Amino acid sequence: MLTSEKLTSAQSGGELPARVVSAKTTLGSRLLNIWQARELLLFLIRKELKVKYKGSALGFLWSMLNPAIVLGVYYVVFKYFLKSSIPDFALFLFSGLIVWNFFASALQGCASSVVGAAGIVKKVAFPREVLPLAQVGTALFFFCLQSLVLILFLAGFQFAPAWSYLPLVLFGLIDLIILAAGVGIFLSALNVSLRDIEHLIQVLLQAWFWGVPIIYSYNTVYDLFLRHPSIKWLSAVYLADPVTSIVLSFQRALYGHVSYTTLTPVAKLVSGHLKYVNTRVTTIVLATYPYHFLVELLVIVLFVAIGVFIGAVKYFGNVEGNFAEEL
Amino acid sequence: MTSAIEIRGVSKRFRLYHEKYTSLKERVIHAGHVPYEEFWALKDVNAEIPSGKTIGILGRNGSGKSTLLKCLAGILQPTSGDVVVRGQLAAMLELGAGFQPELSGRDNVYLNASLLGFTKKDIDRRFDEIVAFAELEKFIDNQVKYYSSGMYVRLGFAVAVNVDPDILLVDEVLAVGDERFQRKCMDRVQQFQHDGKTIVVVSHSPDMMRQTCDDVMVIDRGELITYAPPGEAIRAFRDRLVDSGFALPTDVGETVTDGVSSSIFTVKNRTVQIEEIAFEYPEKKDRPYIVTGEPLEVRVEVNVKEKVAGASFNLSVLDETGGMLFTSDAGTSRSGLLLEQGKKIISFDFSEVPLLDGRFLVNVDIRDSGGVVLDLSEQSAYFEVMNPGRATGIVAMPLAVRVSDADGSQLLESVQ
Repeated sequence: MLTSEKLTSAQSGGELPARVVSAKTTLGSRLLNIWQARELLLFLIRKELKVKYKGSALGFLWSMLNPAIVLGVYYVVFKYFLKSSIPDFALFLFSGLIVWNFFASALQGCASSVVGAAGIVKKVAFPREVLPLAQVGTALFFFCLQSLVLILFLAGFQFAPAWSYLPLVLFGLIDLIILAAGVGIFLSALNVSLRDIEHLIQVLLQAWFWGVPIIYSYNTVYDLFLRHPSIKWLSAVYLADPVTSIVLSFQRALYGHVSYTTLTPVAKLVSGHLKYVNTRVTTIVLATYPYHFLVELLVIVLFVAIGVFIGAVKYFGNVEGNFAEEL
Repeated sequence: MTSAIEIRGVSKRFRLYHEKYTSLKERVIHAGHVPYEEFWALKDVNAEIPSGKTIGILGRNGSGKSTLLKCLAGILQPTSGDVVVRGQLAAMLELGAGFQPELSGRDNVYLNASLLGFTKKDIDRRFDEIVAFAELEKFIDNQVKYYSSGMYVRLGFAVAVNVDPDILLVDEVLAVGDERFQRKCMDRVQQFQHDGKTIVVVSHSPDMMRQTCDDVMVIDRGELITYAPPGEAIRAFRDRLVDSGFALPTDVGETVTDGVSSSIFTVKNRTVQIEEIAFEYPEKKDRPYIVTGEPLEVRVEVNVKEKVAGASFNLSVLDETGGMLFTSDAGTSRSGLLLEQGKKIISFDFSEVPLLDGRFLVNVDIRDSGGVVLDLSEQSAYFEVMNPGRATGIVAMPLAVRVSDADGSQLLESVQ
């Protein structure tokens, strides 16, 4: 809405910068406006954080409670009830879960961000994209807190991450932020005209969660698809999920065990008799993709994320003019 | 002079939905047919707001004036056309919009000012000034939810005016706080004007416009009707007010034919008929109104059907709401004249019209020697006055202001 901040001093004789309010805005001017509102973005993130935990004695500790409980419950259920055989299951779970926690909380926050700020959207002019972006920023803050806990976890268990794969975490995080921002901006705009999007997204996220290899091993599902010719194509769909690529990278770098070997009693025929013999059995936990393949995946995801982001900003720009009247 | 704001062919279309389906579920159910009406809140508005001027936007409720202001502020996008704004703009559409009750006054000042588009540096520099202006030094670190509504609005106003915008947009929000604070706000607005800043004020109060604005835009049904100095613009505004819905007859030529029954007089035998009431004034050719202080002649054309002995002629002037301002002394016009049959012209000459602005109605009646009303024209004719000055009210009372020392030496004299 607030468009290019062109200096028109030369032709108009005025020394003040001119701004154009028009229905036709270019992508470049929109991005520039968002960039110029970065201070506002920081203020909004600070506001989010302050408002959320104001008046509670434990403050930010509360923000850790939800992920901690989720982690604890999944751990107990999958480790002990369902007998997941993944070693150091808690760490495996945690390294995927922080990615998902960020993505899900960012998207949920974004969906209602513009509608929730109706009061200011109707009365003040500012690049409205900062509203969903502030939600992404808030989610990023909690991501950092959780990462800190994860690091303490790793240190406590004296568990070394795969050092050479660590750059993937940074790369994956960048992808994740851009992707969440893009989808978030789109959802925030869509939710203005379709108010049930914010409820719908919660349901969708729940289904999506199980489609990402966070609790179970990637190979279990991938191989399952491959084994059945009729649904073989699903394996491609499975890998095409950008969140999966990011989760795989995180797990590869932080958790690091691609496979493990156990001595398992296996029934064998030994000189005509059936005997149980302890045999080395190798189980693959993580995707066996080499480093460069994971990098390639993340590059693809980066392009997808940027595409989504640009598409979302364009869509947002097209419908933004009606926000003040639709809210 | 450069323009602070250029409005170039701005139109704004709203869609009025009979029933708005705002959820996916409802959209699916009612797929395809969501009835709505199109409504143009603004139609091709072109104007330029010179920098350093105070401009008013005047219009009735629903005329589109607030929509225009929102387009200027960038809150709404025009459907077509664009607005070029030169300089930092602050819009006061609602004071304290976006204040977070959970946050302290301090945090809210930063958040609110940055929403208005100001940098942290700007705010740091002016923070103390803002707090002092709002008179909230003691409470600035308290949560805003504990503020009284007055404190809340004061802080909102303080932020908006103290961040020093080049252009200030104001939407009838100046009436905030107690009387003392209101005066402070007006002082600040005047200081703004003095500093050569551009101000755009939206209001439906002509008096406020007259007192503060250099020029006034009149918006009616989404169209810019006039963009002129306050006096002229306000006259045009009143014109529109009357034309659209305000139940007043506007046809001058039409007389008592069917208005009689509602009158307190009954015309028994119409031996005389008022045919036309016309207004004569010096510059009638150029403008459809007189200016305060000009002479005015009311010419009444009558058709005498039967001889009338001792006829008298009376004239009253009323304001728009029908309130009586002046009625001529029946004695002065009692002529004892014998009116012969045929057309006659009666002139009522005012050497000067001491009225400020507005539309004024004229009643004329003709009676015979016994006081029986032969014919009357009630509220069917009107004239308009345009007040070029800044005085407000109904009557123009010539006034000189002198200030002297005790010893008699004159310090100031001004004549209005």
